[in-house]
Amino acid sequence: MPGNPTPPPIDTLREIQTPEGIDLHLPVAGPLPRALAWLVDALIRIILYAIVGFVSAFLGRTGFGLFLVFLFLLEWFYPVVFEVLRQGQTPGKRAYGLRVLHDDGTPIGWNASLLRNLLRVVDFLPLFYTLGLLAMLLDRHFRRLGDLAAGSVVVHVNPNGRQPSPTRVRPLRPPFPLTLDEQQAIIDFADRVPHLTPERAAELASAAAPLVQGQADPVAALQGMARWLRGEEDGR
Amino acid sequence: MKQEPFVAAHEPLWQRLEAWLDETDPARRDPEVTERFPALYRQLCQHLALARERLYSHHLVERLDRLVLRAHPELYRRQRRPWQALARYVLADFPRQVRRRWKLVLLSAMLFYGPLLGMLGAIQIDPDMVYTVFDGEQVRMFERMYDPAARQPGREPARQADSDLLMFGYYVRNNTGIGLRTFASGLLFGIGTLLVLIFNGLYIGAAAGHLTQMGYGETFWTFVAGHSGLELNAIVLSGAAGLQLGLAVLAPGRRTRLRALRDEALDALQLVYGAAGMFLLAALVEAFWSPRPLPSEFKIAVGIALFALVIAYFLLAGRGRRAA
Repeated sequence: MPGNPTPPPIDTLREIQTPEGIDLHLPVAGPLPRALAWLVDALIRIILYAIVGFVSAFLGRTGFGLFLVFLFLLEWFYPVVFEVLRQGQTPGKRAYGLRVLHDDGTPIGWNASLLRNLLRVVDFLPLFYTLGLLAMLLDRHFRRLGDLAAGSVVVHVNPNGRQPSPTRVRPLRPPFPLTLDEQQAIIDFADRVPHLTPERAAELASAAAPLVQGQADPVAALQGMARWLRGEEDGR
Repeated sequence: MKQEPFVAAHEPLWQRLEAWLDETDPARRDPEVTERFPALYRQLCQHLALARERLYSHHLVERLDRLVLRAHPELYRRQRRPWQALARYVLADFPRQVRRRWKLVLLSAMLFYGPLLGMLGAIQIDPDMVYTVFDGEQVRMFERMYDPAARQPGREPARQADSDLLMFGYYVRNNTGIGLRTFASGLLFGIGTLLVLIFNGLYIGAAAGHLTQMGYGETFWTFVAGHSGLELNAIVLSGAAGLQLGLAVLAPGRRTRLRALRDEALDALQLVYGAAGMFLLAALVEAFWSPRPLPSEFKIAVGIALFALVIAYFLLAGRGRRAA
């Protein structure tokens, strides 16, 4: 998770060092949301074809010429224009909360965006993005060939939208200071409690013996500590 | 310092930065923050580092982390090129880019013009050679296109009445698309580019050779003369860019393959911009000039002049101290 200073997190994060000596963690996006975003964009493009095709039909053969030019632009530059002018988001990427960035975390520019989109031709080979998918599965940061050449990554925009689990447990201060890792483990546990059987939750909670010693209900105690760690007492 | 006083001390700054970041219109942002943004941003980074070091609650660290992540791109972004860059590119950078990799351009030209001229010549000796690359139906199609009896040479009978603008759209989409694909397919170790260059050379050579051999030469050559200098050389340049991509993967030198690919792809793109511009110009010429019924000698002369102009541009433009 972001904010965790320990070595390689078990998550698909890309770490960048900034000049201020801070590590940024980019949550890179995998093939599935990207494929869905691509589908949305494909749909939008089809609708655009239909609209422009319909309008140009009234303009006769001249209109058809303009339609072909439009087709060319849409085929090659639809993603580029959106990525550069709309903060790295085509409408499809926006719908799935994705964003293209340079791999150093800076907003994508014309060169990189053009490259990654021109090279789609190769990623598409031999059929339906097979090469691109292979490259994504082999790469630690889910980059397809176009991304590798352009130096770009696709990231999730709002990875931290996790809702704190709604519990009535009162916030509880842990009996002693905890490292960030430990805090994280407790918060993650609290988030998962609703998805666990009560027996399994109790079993897991008992593993944190030093923390929950003397507590009547270890699970509730940990949930309370999770709330306290989240800073929910300050109303956020 | 405990977490509560830390938050209390710096909360106003964080909220101010958050409000500033929420506002996407630069004109409506708090001017004071805009002016001092680098300093404020570094302060924020310090807060994040402190919060991590002092093991403040996860919630706080995450919030600061998110804030830094949002602020980072405001300070660090790559320079955008102004409009002047376009003029500079056309007048100096593009021809220089071409000269700088003259070996690749020469290789690409040989891979393209070699098969083209070879096929053209071979058909003069053995007319049946045309059927090695085209089938009978295709041959009849371009025979009809350049039939001296046709009103609009260069267009299929069904397209005789089409407007120039329609043909322009057709040429832009097809030819520029081929150029961009020629470049992109170079990523496959250069093989894609190699095939596109050789086969396009063969096709064009076969068509030209066949039409010349059967006596349609005048309609054909007067039609293609005008745009050939731009279009054929744009194919060559797209090819050179594609070969550069392939070479980066095949022979990265002392760099890693990924590093080489990144460097060379960005570099090759500078050639692709120019080639795409040439395809666009070629489409304009092909749609609006090439079909004009003007004296053959005149059209051929203009064609040769344009071809020479393109070559001269690449050899001469952008030299000298002023351009540097």
